[in-house]
Amino acid sequence: MFLKQSTIEKNAMLLIVLTLITVAIGGAVEIIPLFTVETTVEHVKGVRPYSPLEQLGRNMYVREGCYLCHSQQIRSLRDEVERYGHYSLAAESMYDHPFQWGSERKGPDLARVGGKYSNDWHYAHLKDPPSLVPETLMPSYAFLANRVLQYDRVADHLKTLRIVNVPYTDEDIAKAKSDIETQANADADQAELLKRYPKAVAVNGKPNEITEMDALVAYLQVLGTMVDFADAAQEKLKQ
Amino acid sequence: MPTKIEKDALTGKETTGHDWDGIRELNTPVPRWWLYVWLATIAWGIALFILYPAIPLGRTATAGLLGYTSHGALDKSLRALQAERAPFFDKIEATSLEDIQKDPDLLSVALIAGKSAFANNCSPCHGPSGSGRPGFPNLEDDVWLWGGTLDQIKQTITYGVRSGNPDAHVSDMPHFGADNLLPPDDIQAVADYVSTLYGGQQKGTAPAPASVEAGAKIFGDNCAPCHGDKGQGNPDVGAPRLASATHLYGNDRATIVHQVTLPRQGVMPAWTGRLDDATIKSLALYVHSLGGGQ
Repeated sequence: MFLKQSTIEKNAMLLIVLTLITVAIGGAVEIIPLFTVETTVEHVKGVRPYSPLEQLGRNMYVREGCYLCHSQQIRSLRDEVERYGHYSLAAESMYDHPFQWGSERKGPDLARVGGKYSNDWHYAHLKDPPSLVPETLMPSYAFLANRVLQYDRVADHLKTLRIVNVPYTDEDIAKAKSDIETQANADADQAELLKRYPKAVAVNGKPNEITEMDALVAYLQVLGTMVDFADAAQEKLKQ
Repeated sequence: MPTKIEKDALTGKETTGHDWDGIRELNTPVPRWWLYVWLATIAWGIALFILYPAIPLGRTATAGLLGYTSHGALDKSLRALQAERAPFFDKIEATSLEDIQKDPDLLSVALIAGKSAFANNCSPCHGPSGSGRPGFPNLEDDVWLWGGTLDQIKQTITYGVRSGNPDAHVSDMPHFGADNLLPPDDIQAVADYVSTLYGGQQKGTAPAPASVEAGAKIFGDNCAPCHGDKGQGNPDVGAPRLASATHLYGNDRATIVHQVTLPRQGVMPAWTGRLDDATIKSLALYVHSLGGGQ
C-alpha cells in the first residue's frame, strides 16, 4: 500500500525520494560501466603528469578562459583528423583536472598545437595576435609577459593533484620549484628534467623573473605531443 | 485508479473512471497508426542493441553484430580519401621534384595540395601569402637563409631549423657582444659598414667614412668567413645575405647592432612525422612557386 499511486501522488516527500531513486538508476546504468569497461581509457605509452611549469601554464589557460574559444579535442572525423592530426585519446587528458576539451571553436583546436610553432611565435602571437594572423579574433595577452609567475606554493599544488591520482613522485614534489627554474631557462641543462618529464619544452624566461607567459608557452608546447603515434598501433587504441 | 467507469450521456462512450475535482475524461484510445509507430520504434531500439555496441558486461561490452566503432568508421573514410588521392599522391611521392615541375598536370595538383597545407601549417608564421614577418622569413622574395632550390626547400621543411631533429639546420652565430668577442666600438663600426652594404644608412645620418672603413676590416676578419666577403651570405651554413634590403629581424641600424651583440636564433619545426612525404613535396613546390624559387 506504501507504493500505491494515490499515496505517492498525495505525499510530496515520498514522490521526491522515489523520483530521485528512479533517476539515479538511469544515471548509474550509464556511468558505472565507464569505470569497469577496460577500453574507456586507452593503454598508450607516453602520457605523463604536467611538469610544474606546464601545470602553472595550464592554470593560466584556465584563468584566462582560453577554453571559451579553443577546444582541446580532435574528434574522430575525417576533416578534423586531416587538419589537426590524430584524434584525441581519453588517455591524453587523464591527468587534466578538469579536462579542457571545451565546446567552442572560435579559434582553432589546440589539442596538438605543441611543437607546431616555435616558442618565438607563441610569444609574439600571445602579445599581438593580429600581427601574425591578420584575420584573428583573438585579443592580446601581452600583460602575461609583465606578470611575474607566482610559484612559491607549487609543491603544495602538485601534492593536491596527487590526491586525485596524478602520479607525482616525492622527487617531483621536492624538486617542483627548481624544475620550474630549469624549464624556464633554455640555457640550463634539461637532461634531468626530461628524464622525469619527457618532451618538456624549455622556454626563454628571464632568471628571477619567470612570467606567466613563459608558463603558458611551456604548456602550449607540450599539448598533444606526449603520445608517439608512429608507435601506437590501431589495435591498442580500439574502443 | 479508476474508481467509477460510467457511460457519457452525450457521446455514449465510456469514461476513464478518473475524477479530478468533478472533471471526467472520455476513454478514447490512441489512434492505431500511432500505436504501430510506437511499437516499431521499440523494435528498432532492440535491433540497434543487437547490431551496435550497447550492453556493458563488466570489463567488456557487447560489440554488436555489425562490429561498428567510430574509429573504424574514421579509418574507412580516411582510406577512401587516400584511395581518391592515391593516383596523384603516389605519383608525387615517387617522382623527383624536378620531374614534377616538368609535368603540368601533376604540378597543378601538387600546387593545390601545397597551398592548402601551407594555409594550415605555414601561414601562421610566414603569413597567408608567404610574405613573412620580422623573425619569420619572407618566402616570396629571392633571399634564402638555407637555399631556395627545390631540394633545399624540401630539406628545410622536412627537418626544420633548430627544431631538435638530428637532421635540422643549425647555425650558431657567435655572440660577438654578449661574449665579449668584439668591443662595443667595433660592433658600432661593423654596423656602419653593414648598413652601407644595402644602403641601409638613413639620410643625414650617413656613417663616418672612417668608421665604415674600420668596420669593413673587422667584417673581413670576423664575419666574412660565413657571410662572404661582400656580405652575399652562404645558404650552406645558413648565413644570411647582408647585401640585401631584406633582413629577417629588420633593416635599421639598431637591429644590426642587436644581431651582432646577441643574435636571435629562430626555430622552425620539423614537419616530418606531422606531414606525409607527398604533402611535404607539394609544400616545397608551392613555396618554390611563390616567386623566389631558384
